[in-house]
Amino acid sequence: MGLLQISEPGDSPEPHQRKLAVGIDLGTTHSLAATVRSGAAEVIADDEGRALLPSIVRYFPDGRVDVGYDARAAQAEDPANTIVSVKRFMGRGVADVAKYGALPYHFKDAPGMVSIETAAGPRSPVQVSAEILKVLRERSERALRGELFGAVVTVPAYFDDSQRQATKDAAKLAGLNVLRLLNEPTAAAIAYGLDHASEGTFAIFDLGGGTFDISILKLTRGVFEVLSTNGDSALGGDDFDQAVATHWRVGHRIADAKGGDTRRLLAAAREVKERLSFEEEAGVQVTLSYGQSLRLVLTRSEFEKITAGLVQRTLAPTRKALRDAKLEPADIDGVVLVGGATRMPHLQRAVEGHFGKPPLKDLDPDAVVALGAAIQANVLAGNRAAGDDWLLLDVIPLSLGLETMGGLVERVIPRNSTIPVARAQEFTTFKDGQSAMALHVVQGERELVADNRSLARFELRGIPPMVAGAARIQVTFQVDADGLLSVSAREATTGVESSIVVKPSYGLSDDEVARMLQESFSHAIEDRDARALAEQRVEAESLLAAIRAALDQDADLLGEDERADLDRRMAGLERAWNATDHRAIKAAIEALNRASEAFATRRMDRAVSGALAGRRLDEVASR
Amino acid sequence: MTPDFSRDHFELLGLAVRFAVDAARLERGYRDLQSQVHPDRFAAATEAERRVAMQWATRANEAYRTLRDPIERARYLLQLRGYDTEEESNTSMPADFLMQQMEWREAVDVARDAGDVSELERLRGDIRRSRDEMLVMLERALDADANFVAGCSLVRKLRFLEKLEAEIDSALELTEH
Repeated sequence: MGLLQISEPGDSPEPHQRKLAVGIDLGTTHSLAATVRSGAAEVIADDEGRALLPSIVRYFPDGRVDVGYDARAAQAEDPANTIVSVKRFMGRGVADVAKYGALPYHFKDAPGMVSIETAAGPRSPVQVSAEILKVLRERSERALRGELFGAVVTVPAYFDDSQRQATKDAAKLAGLNVLRLLNEPTAAAIAYGLDHASEGTFAIFDLGGGTFDISILKLTRGVFEVLSTNGDSALGGDDFDQAVATHWRVGHRIADAKGGDTRRLLAAAREVKERLSFEEEAGVQVTLSYGQSLRLVLTRSEFEKITAGLVQRTLAPTRKALRDAKLEPADIDGVVLVGGATRMPHLQRAVEGHFGKPPLKDLDPDAVVALGAAIQANVLAGNRAAGDDWLLLDVIPLSLGLETMGGLVERVIPRNSTIPVARAQEFTTFKDGQSAMALHVVQGERELVADNRSLARFELRGIPPMVAGAARIQVTFQVDADGLLSVSAREATTGVESSIVVKPSYGLSDDEVARMLQESFSHAIEDRDARALAEQRVEAESLLAAIRAALDQDADLLGEDERADLDRRMAGLERAWNATDHRAIKAAIEALNRASEAFATRRMDRAVSGALAGRRLDEVASR
Repeated sequence: MTPDFSRDHFELLGLAVRFAVDAARLERGYRDLQSQVHPDRFAAATEAERRVAMQWATRANEAYRTLRDPIERARYLLQLRGYDTEEESNTSMPADFLMQQMEWREAVDVARDAGDVSELERLRGDIRRSRDEMLVMLERALDADANFVAGCSLVRKLRFLEKLEAEIDSALELTEH
């Protein structure tokens, strides 16, 4: 192990020092972190050398929390307080989780998503996921010996807006600076594509513990372009376990399995399923809570029969993804398998049958997503090395729209649009003198509102009195590079502008996240303040460094007054940095950000003009 | 302050304002632009820069999406020339075109009800051929003849074919279940 480096007191670190960044695969069954060290992506293991962290969290009455292997060992003994596969509950309501089969939890419907009653009180899936992420953050900071600058957190490509928002909230709650939410199959494609220097059109077939994604990507030199994506965010290896457990429950007449027995059966099913990938027959001995001891056996062909329907369920999304990409199976140069569940032989046969070629499986299906995320995190943190100049173009998986008269959906942004994307649509009033309009934002492909997922409801008020149909309400949907939506609306005919920006209702507000974060760190107010101060100072430093670097390049874009204003704000932030009030630093950061807006806009205009001019020269030269 | 979005889609992606487009050059123009403005290039930058990057990348995607699709491209080009394609309001079509449409539509209905995949695929082939012929005519109308009225009429016809093809696709999807 190398020696720890300590800088001289008062000596600030080099501005071009590498920023510590990790990729995190927050999985249904297990999670892991990876980072780029000396040019290569590698997983970050715990003190015992284990890379995978079981995504299992156990809550104790005194508020203590176990995450990982210890929690996993306790799942049958304390099932109600040991949360397994929490990813399946992210951004979901009670009706959604009821579809997953028998689970040993006490769910409560809370605004936005389910809440789970535990010994430590009610916990939202966001909080449970944050516990997993916190362990990985701490592990990474120990391994990398420093505070993380940021993380790329992966999500299933088919996650909808509420599931993405919930994941981002969980990461923030774990104290992570989220550089980007990255789609899991895309992350795998980065790791695979860069590793094999591949070119062509690839299908990434990703069956994880709880979710299924299929993405079609075009890889050309330096560009990863997602052509289409599809999937099922409620289909994964867990469902194969459920199918086996149900088979045994029926066969052995195990009526009304209790919480602990449900867990025992599911764990046994999982073990047998995994062994059947290599053996023709597998069995386990299980002792149920009321003393009955059972030998549960399954052959591979029985297993394949029981789960044939689940394998079939992956094919419809696969066909849809190909159709949206306007491709036939034969156009695909390679099929990459990702996710532990793709180890099952009958699944591999189904994939091979569909594409007419054997799938590529030379990558570790458990680690490849985290490795790809680490490579992207390294680039986003600004640690790009020469030659690392690649570009990632991803899409949204599901259409976004608004409810119109009659409970129908008006599509505003179609699925598979490249992000970031914005679209505006005009709507009008239904009644004379109508002064408000209720807008209902939905996501999905179905025509009826009731068949899609409801993301947010909001009202636009203050529409001036007009006859029905005269008002022009422009509603703008903007999806950012994380695939997250914000919606704004304004009435434009009369010049009266009423504008509102909403974030979908499944997410927590920034203030709520900040409050939960503060509470989770410490109960002592001084400690919270100290942590907030440290965080604001780091943010202030990076903002000042970024603006100084921008001034070095493009100071000529500013007028004298503008420059003076910017200098004054920078000096203000430096003064605030030296004081100890984190709120004052935050205010000074915001002021400097606002003051730098025009500068940022002009810098980008210059970069675009430069690119256009450069291209013209290239083209002249190449003729 | 809003970014300078005064350039049209063609200029932004380094193309001459005409219907015929070199697909490779369009793609290159788009990628060159995205590599300058994509939010991934600014993930560690200031909040203001991140926002401007998102606006520009959104703009680049919009330009690429429009120019990549021939019907969208024609519609946009006509709009630049001051012509509205009136796809919702103008429903007058030549009688022979309407006849052909009705025949196709009936054939699609019959094939859908019979679950006849190969017939649906054959019809899709016919429609695509007809579409390709019209695209050749569109290029002549817009680039060679500068006949924008004829261009508008062709876009309206192509829109019909597009809808028909979408119907065949959803019929094919149904037969899979």
